[in-house]
Amino acid sequence: MDDFLAARSQMALSLGFHIIFSCIGMVMPFFMAVSHYKWLRSNQEVYKNLTKAWSKGVAIFFATGAVSGTMLSFELGLLWPRFMEHAGPIFGMPFSLEGTAFFIEAIALGFFLYGWNKLNKWFHWFTGVVVGVSGLASGILVVAANAWMNSPAGFDFVNGRYLNIDPIQAMFNKAWFSQALHMCLAAFTATGFAVAGVHALMILRNKNRDFHFKAFRIAAVFACIGAILQPLSGDISAKDVAERQPAKLAAMEALYKTEKPAPLLIGGIVNEKDKTVKGAIKIPGALSFLAHGDFHAEVKGLDQIPENEHPPVAITHYAFQIMVGIGTLLALISVIFFINMIRKRSVIDKRWLLKLFVASIPLGYIALEAGWVVTEVGRQPWIIYGIMRTKDAVTPMPGIAYSFYIFSAIYISLSIVVTFLLYRQIKMVPVVYDKSDSHDLKS
Amino acid sequence: MEYVVVTFLCLAILLYFLLGGADFGAGIIELFTSTKNRSRTRKTMYQAIGPVWEANHMWLIIAIVILFVGFPYIYTTMSVHLHIPLLIMLIGIIARGTAFVFRHYDAIKDDMQWLYNRIFRYSSFITPLFLGIIAGSVISGHIDLNAKDFLTAYVWSWLNWFSISVGLFTVALCGFLAAIYLIGETDDEQDKRRFIKKAEYMNIAAVVFGAMVFIAAQFDGIPLIDWVFKNTVGLASIILASLSLILLWYLLIKGETKTLRVLAGFQVTMILLAISYAHFPNFILLKNGDAISLFEAIGPPKTIYSLGVALLLGSILILPFLGYLFYKFKKKEE
Repeated sequence: MDDFLAARSQMALSLGFHIIFSCIGMVMPFFMAVSHYKWLRSNQEVYKNLTKAWSKGVAIFFATGAVSGTMLSFELGLLWPRFMEHAGPIFGMPFSLEGTAFFIEAIALGFFLYGWNKLNKWFHWFTGVVVGVSGLASGILVVAANAWMNSPAGFDFVNGRYLNIDPIQAMFNKAWFSQALHMCLAAFTATGFAVAGVHALMILRNKNRDFHFKAFRIAAVFACIGAILQPLSGDISAKDVAERQPAKLAAMEALYKTEKPAPLLIGGIVNEKDKTVKGAIKIPGALSFLAHGDFHAEVKGLDQIPENEHPPVAITHYAFQIMVGIGTLLALISVIFFINMIRKRSVIDKRWLLKLFVASIPLGYIALEAGWVVTEVGRQPWIIYGIMRTKDAVTPMPGIAYSFYIFSAIYISLSIVVTFLLYRQIKMVPVVYDKSDSHDLKS
Repeated sequence: MEYVVVTFLCLAILLYFLLGGADFGAGIIELFTSTKNRSRTRKTMYQAIGPVWEANHMWLIIAIVILFVGFPYIYTTMSVHLHIPLLIMLIGIIARGTAFVFRHYDAIKDDMQWLYNRIFRYSSFITPLFLGIIAGSVISGHIDLNAKDFLTAYVWSWLNWFSISVGLFTVALCGFLAAIYLIGETDDEQDKRRFIKKAEYMNIAAVVFGAMVFIAAQFDGIPLIDWVFKNTVGLASIILASLSLILLWYLLIKGETKTLRVLAGFQVTMILLAISYAHFPNFILLKNGDAISLFEAIGPPKTIYSLGVALLLGSILILPFLGYLFYKFKKKEE
């Protein structure tokens, strides 16, 4: 394996895992806080047990998210030293703030996990909320740093030198808002569907129905709100990308030729050599509308972009299709869910709806990863869009392939263990969290 | 503002060494505890570090973020030339953090515990070993920016007697800090005795490895003796460290705990000061005799300004909260 490819793969792998771990660690505290609130308000034991059960999940994912994040802060330098040497001082601001947010999150989590019966109950609840809020803030800040790579700002690039650096301007670059919004909604949607799906599965198996249904409802409400709002945020992102990164938009839609009006392609097989797409469904003018809000607008194709600045088209296009397809599906499920809720139909007996949720367990994450593939692969060949090429940023050290193999092994075993732990947590629900006979857990 | 940033960097490194070090040390102590006492040690340890261990490791993140935002050239030079030990350290950090959490949060306590424990103990040893190796390499003068071959550029930069001795010394210090910390965490008289014994052994190990560091420095041509003894601050701190050692042994034998902690922390701080003062603000010493100084490698003014503000604001938010965390979970002592 060639070193450059190995470095890219290792980075992709590390980010890919970190994203999942940290999304769960970022969103679950909110579920936990809702359940905790209900326990404090209603005194129903089941909510207290649910809070405790979820807090175990949060602890596991926070730890894996924290170590994989620590690793990333080193990997940026280990793999891309030339990038960090120049970019560090420019886009470092969100990272230094993120350090603070993350620190607060760790402290608050310490309070929350070990504070049962030791703290004032509302202060205890508040520390749980702090975990969620600071986690979300960390997420937004890190995405702002990524957004800078797509939309560099806060410096002047003169003769290969980075002058007049302004880190605040770099942080509030043009892409930060659309990317952060899209990511936060995605985190809530994906985690919500995964958690709701797991609890739906337990309901279908008739285990601790009351416990799991309460859990299902909290997670599903978050998930469905996220899924319904996501298309709107996607629209903001699409218009933003069309303006800033026409090459990425063209790759997303495999638009080889500039067209006016441009059709939206659904599916299709991309042939990168002949620059053609076969078998796609074409919706005339739709891409023009999505990109510029006008059915007759011109959309820049790859023919207007120098060949050596083309991103890989096939991967970007497929990933985009996957993301949008799943997003649409989840939004539909959400609409059905809310219709049932409004009509006060009991969801617990709608087995087909629960089954849909079970089927969605992995879907949100698949869409989320696909979305990151679109952002990252779609930016290639640049690491800093328009300024520095990825291949110029890579470490001079040879043999990166071995480190890639090691990391692959680590991440794969880590995910196996985490899945195994969660499986065991769920398996132990009847014993630890929801004993129908003796409710009182001494804790 | 650059002084603020440099101070925070030094502070983060020191705190990581003390708090993170004690945390690693707990695993090292467990590694060197006989099988029959292990589960007791584990329990004490869990009570002691459970609530605070995540926070302890945040100092590393703070240090690394300050480095890559404020001192990108230092960060990238280390990343390139110390790639291999950094990688091993990272693997250690992952293995350790996850094993610690997994062994506690596995809902079923069965044979898997054996695996978590193994991973936890060995990675608790390897991680500080490589942290020490990295710290040693930075000042060992073995980093060669113009190296043409793989071994000189990426291996001899850290694989030398001096760096390895510093690594072992670090391990012993971590173990020592943890043992001292754990003495105050147990109410059981017998356990207390055991931790006191551990602290004594670790202290002896630290002295032995400390001597080894000096010998290796001589062997590798590093003017460590000059650094430490030829300037007042270095000399003063080493004298203070040695004096506190005598007091420390006296207190150890008496079984006094609170002063002991302060003293152990003080001692480690003095050792770090003695080693680093002479070449401060130089951060990386290079093979050709040049050095990369903190003040020369510092980032552009606006970046440093906003980094400084972020750190100051952050500490206003963090420190009271962190202090309360330590206070709340340590109150039971009284």
